[in-house]
Amino acid sequence: MAGLLVPIGAVVAAFLVGGVMLLVLGVNPIRGYGALLDGAFGDVDALADTAIKSMPLLLVGIGICIAFRASVINIGGEGQMIAGAIVSTLVALAVPDVPRLFLVPLVLLGGLVGGAIWGAIPGALKAYSGVNEILSTIMLNIVAVQLMNFLLRDLIMDPYEKDGGRIPQTRRLSHNSDLPLLPGDTRLHIGVLVALAMAVLAWGLLWRTSLGYRLRAVGHSPAAARYAGMSVKRTIVAALTLSGAMCGLAGAILVFGSESHRFVTDGSSVGFTGSAGFNGIVTALFGGLHPLWTIPSSFFFGGLLFGANAMQRAVQVPAALIVALNGLVVVFVVSSDRMRRAVGENLGRGRDPAPHDDVEAQP
Amino acid sequence: MTDFFTMASLVFVVGSGIRLATPFLLAGLGETIGQRSGVLNLGVDGVMLLGAFGAYWTILETGRPVAGVFVGLGVGLVMGVVYGVVTVTLRAEQGVSGIGIFLFGLGMSDLLFQKKVGTPLPIRGFGEWHVPVLSRIPKFGEMFFQHSVLVYLAFLLVPLVAFLLNRTTFGLNVRAVGENPAAADSLGVSVARVRYTTILLANGLAGLAGAVLAIELGIFQQNLTNGQGFIAIALVYFGAWRPVGVMGGALLFGMVSATVLQWKTLGLVSGATSSLTAMAPAVLTIVALVVISRTVGQPAALTRPFDRGR
Repeated sequence: MAGLLVPIGAVVAAFLVGGVMLLVLGVNPIRGYGALLDGAFGDVDALADTAIKSMPLLLVGIGICIAFRASVINIGGEGQMIAGAIVSTLVALAVPDVPRLFLVPLVLLGGLVGGAIWGAIPGALKAYSGVNEILSTIMLNIVAVQLMNFLLRDLIMDPYEKDGGRIPQTRRLSHNSDLPLLPGDTRLHIGVLVALAMAVLAWGLLWRTSLGYRLRAVGHSPAAARYAGMSVKRTIVAALTLSGAMCGLAGAILVFGSESHRFVTDGSSVGFTGSAGFNGIVTALFGGLHPLWTIPSSFFFGGLLFGANAMQRAVQVPAALIVALNGLVVVFVVSSDRMRRAVGENLGRGRDPAPHDDVEAQP
Repeated sequence: MTDFFTMASLVFVVGSGIRLATPFLLAGLGETIGQRSGVLNLGVDGVMLLGAFGAYWTILETGRPVAGVFVGLGVGLVMGVVYGVVTVTLRAEQGVSGIGIFLFGLGMSDLLFQKKVGTPLPIRGFGEWHVPVLSRIPKFGEMFFQHSVLVYLAFLLVPLVAFLLNRTTFGLNVRAVGENPAAADSLGVSVARVRYTTILLANGLAGLAGAVLAIELGIFQQNLTNGQGFIAIALVYFGAWRPVGVMGGALLFGMVSATVLQWKTLGLVSGATSSLTAMAPAVLTIVALVVISRTVGQPAALTRPFDRGR
């Protein structure tokens, strides 16, 4: 249980700071946070909506767990989500008449593939050219956003929008590609179950397979892993590919699980992803870089982000407060000593020897 | 359809390119100083947003652009203290804590804007300052010598930062700490003090970059920077950790953006196709990263916290 102290302490600290900010803004913090929690977890519908909002955070978080465990910092969640959404949308547009039983898995597979490609590129660049993955993933985010803007305003734009409102979105995608709703009278769809299944699979991958062992070994010490005969380069590519695939799946589920059943943006990355590509880093860190702990962590943060809208309505404090507090949680978590040891073993020390120390073995 | 290859186009692209390059340049110079001492600051975009809002709000309230510039700088310095405590004193992982700072700045600037301002009102900037004599050279003067005073200031910083890094004792210490902190420490250089100083400079310049962006645009809105801080970080790699290189990268980014704007104005590309051209700088940066990583090395201790006990 002691392991939970740091993340919970970080959230408490962040929310104390948030409470002070609410007081400064002239709002009773108890009323503000009360409205937030009620909006997020108050009744069955709220819980269902929170679960739906948590899905992309969970999938991105799982991807971050895999990458960070291998000592690879993936900042490209946003771009990988977009790439997954693009490929899955193209699949649904290309073969709209495939029966639903096959088309739904097919579009989800499209999401996995799109994200995997967008993750494999920085992976290969890091492994074989020594390009810092933080930089390349950030750049690929920009490329993905512009590609999305181009496609949604041109090649796959809704024909009605071309003449009319000019909203960058596709037409309503094939009914056969709609994610089935779960039984019960809520908006819950199978995307949520898929995300949960992925968390279990990722846990199995990391701790029950030899690939997972290699990922963690490379994350712990590239030099030792190489000495043990593992291919550090291929492992790095695998880590970013798998990480990207998870993010891409999140993008596909966002499209096909949406109310409008369209791929739609406002011209920015946030307009489609809701910053899940960044917030997923928060949930993964909060879950101790463990895919299973990332489940409650994502649900919690999904609730905060969703409940923030209720708070905004109740006490007129912009929902942006929660984004700021998320940032504080990250800073507090990585600053704490215990967490530094846990994360540091994967990121800090795992990163030496520096890429240019020896040419033969650029990690 | 009008022809792009005219003198008017060239004047616009170079002139606007220089103006658009300014925030990249300021943030990139700051990040260069930080990285030379081994500190990667991924929070630049968040600090820029906070600096931009600080400057915007100050000018809205006081009507004094100079006050806005100093507030932007001050906000950056405050964030620098926070980042210094987190990464130097507490030795937190730099990449992830930077993302935390980014999210904090993104949310906080939006929160304050919605709460304190609400609707985007325009602010008064500095206006153009025409350099005597030089600005009257036809075309040439229009391109280079009819800018806001902030633009000249930013470009003046390039030789200053280069001098600081390459010709002063402080610069020598910065580079030593960035390459081999343990060796620097054994020679009596305080790694913590050097890194705190570079972090303050880096964040101060990031705040200033945000202020310049808000003042030049005359407006603030949610996520005003739209990722410019992240591009500034990439420019440091692009420029191979040299101020002049960073300036080259910033100008390239600025002029490519200006070219796309001009194409749009002339109707040469549609709104949709301009998205494709907007990818060019990012793709170019990736290519540059591949080339650079083969030829020049980054500061050896980049992203590595220094722990004297180890």
